Amino acid sequence: MTLSTTIHGITFKNPIIAASGTFGFGEEYNELYDVSCLGGISSKGLTLHPKDGNEGIRVYETPAGMMNSVGLQNPGIEAFIRDGIANMRKFDTVLIANMGGHSMDDYVTGATMLSEADIDMLELNISCPNVKSGGMAFGIKAEVAREVVSAVRKVCKKPLIVKLSPNAENIVEMALACEEAGADALSLVNTFQAMAIDIHRRKPIFNNVYAGLSGAAIRPIALRMVHSVCKQVHVPVIGIGGIYTAEDILAFMMAGATAVQIGTVNFNNPLAGKELVDNLVKLCMQEGIQDINEIIGII
Amino acid sequence: MEYFDSIVLAQFQLTEDIFVLTVERKGAPAAAGQFFMLKCWDRELTLMRPISIFEAEEDTLSFMYRVVGEGTRKLAELKAGDTISLLGALGTGYPIGEMHGKVALVGGGLGIPPLCQTAKELTQHGVQVDAYIGFRDQLFAVEDFEPHCQSIFISTETGSEGYKGFITDLLKPEQYDAVFTCGPEVMMRKVAALCAEKQTACWCSMEHRMACGIGACLGCSIRTTEGMKRVCKDGPVFPSKIIF
Repeated sequence: MTLSTTIHGITFKNPIIAASGTFGFGEEYNELYDVSCLGGISSKGLTLHPKDGNEGIRVYETPAGMMNSVGLQNPGIEAFIRDGIANMRKFDTVLIANMGGHSMDDYVTGATMLSEADIDMLELNISCPNVKSGGMAFGIKAEVAREVVSAVRKVCKKPLIVKLSPNAENIVEMALACEEAGADALSLVNTFQAMAIDIHRRKPIFNNVYAGLSGAAIRPIALRMVHSVCKQVHVPVIGIGGIYTAEDILAFMMAGATAVQIGTVNFNNPLAGKELVDNLVKLCMQEGIQDINEIIGII
Repeated sequence: MEYFDSIVLAQFQLTEDIFVLTVERKGAPAAAGQFFMLKCWDRELTLMRPISIFEAEEDTLSFMYRVVGEGTRKLAELKAGDTISLLGALGTGYPIGEMHGKVALVGGGLGIPPLCQTAKELTQHGVQVDAYIGFRDQLFAVEDFEPHCQSIFISTETGSEGYKGFITDLLKPEQYDAVFTCGPEVMMRKVAALCAEKQTACWCSMEHRMACGIGACLGCSIRTTEGMKRVCKDGPVFPSKIIF
């Protein structure tokens, strides 16, 4: 049976990738299971300069999911290149560096640095909802996204994934703009901008007021977005959004995804990554799937 | 750190909203001041719940917790024989091995239970322990401290038992080689200030909402004088001088 899939020349041993921001740089989860069993790991979101992230509550349980407002706390691209990559290279899996930014200059400088480093792919986050001034702004308007992706494309020698926000004005137009601007692949969706209020304190739960919603609650909408985008673009798509089971993985792949990312489920079950790989093998056997690539985009 | 299923051995209701859950330890490591992530649901709730170790015996682990929301409400419904998932032991606990002489434990509210295991381990390490435990009104867990402490000081805000007022009113840090504190932030801040004044070393245990519990998601980071620290991994116990 074949579980491996290929995105722009990079082969994943299976289509399961740990989603950025939920998995650190892989080290912690590797204490629980061998993370080399995963198809890939997308690093904690990196920015040009180190960031402390947001104050106050950062994670919050919601019906069928959770909200987060971590605010891209990270050691910065330089420290990642110096220390982080070597640690991640201990794992036999595709190394994706996820990068966010505050300005066009940040994105271009960061991409230039990462492009020279020992990473397999660059995932450009134009969609973080939790960083003021910039962050999500790049992910809302297709024309703004086109500019930043074009600029990064010019300096990026690695396969370039652009991670899309479901908060985009029009996700299909956004996807097409990124494809035209040179993205080699798209990953979608990031978290949905959402809100929670502490009625006793009469204040928002999060200091930033809004935060990103993830988990099962967003799965059907994410699936619809992946499907609509896959019908229009020609580059491979990585599906993300409340994927908890092997059945969910097949659904996203039938909708057109070449691979998937798992995020929130890691918190519900810290062994989820390993269990999903095992369960996917079993499910494909049950469903009579010889090669997982057969089912990509059949719907 | 391990992720494993265990069996509930007992559940006691101590007060209207405080419970003690005892489960099979199954060989899991556990030290004073550490915690476990617990869950007794599949997907009905997303996140596991961090609960500190109240007592770690050879074959059992106990958790004393207050029902504050849906997760702890589900934990409180568990009965002997039920299955529960645990991830742990997690985090950095109290520096028991570095202690000598006399140590004061200062706890308030649900910061009291983790100090019970701490008292036990300090005593086993040959350190003399005094406990200062402050309640709003109703006492709990006092008898669990008795075998491990030389003196126990009690306060209640209502004056129903012991000293009427805050437990920090009773603490004289200069009498101790170190102070360990766990409880409401306002209390720990006061303990840290008293210790700083008398140059007594002080460690505090921080509480935070968390998602992964193992240091990956950065959902529980707090600002310290040494930069951002993860409550779940670098803590929950920190030298108070870097926090307050």
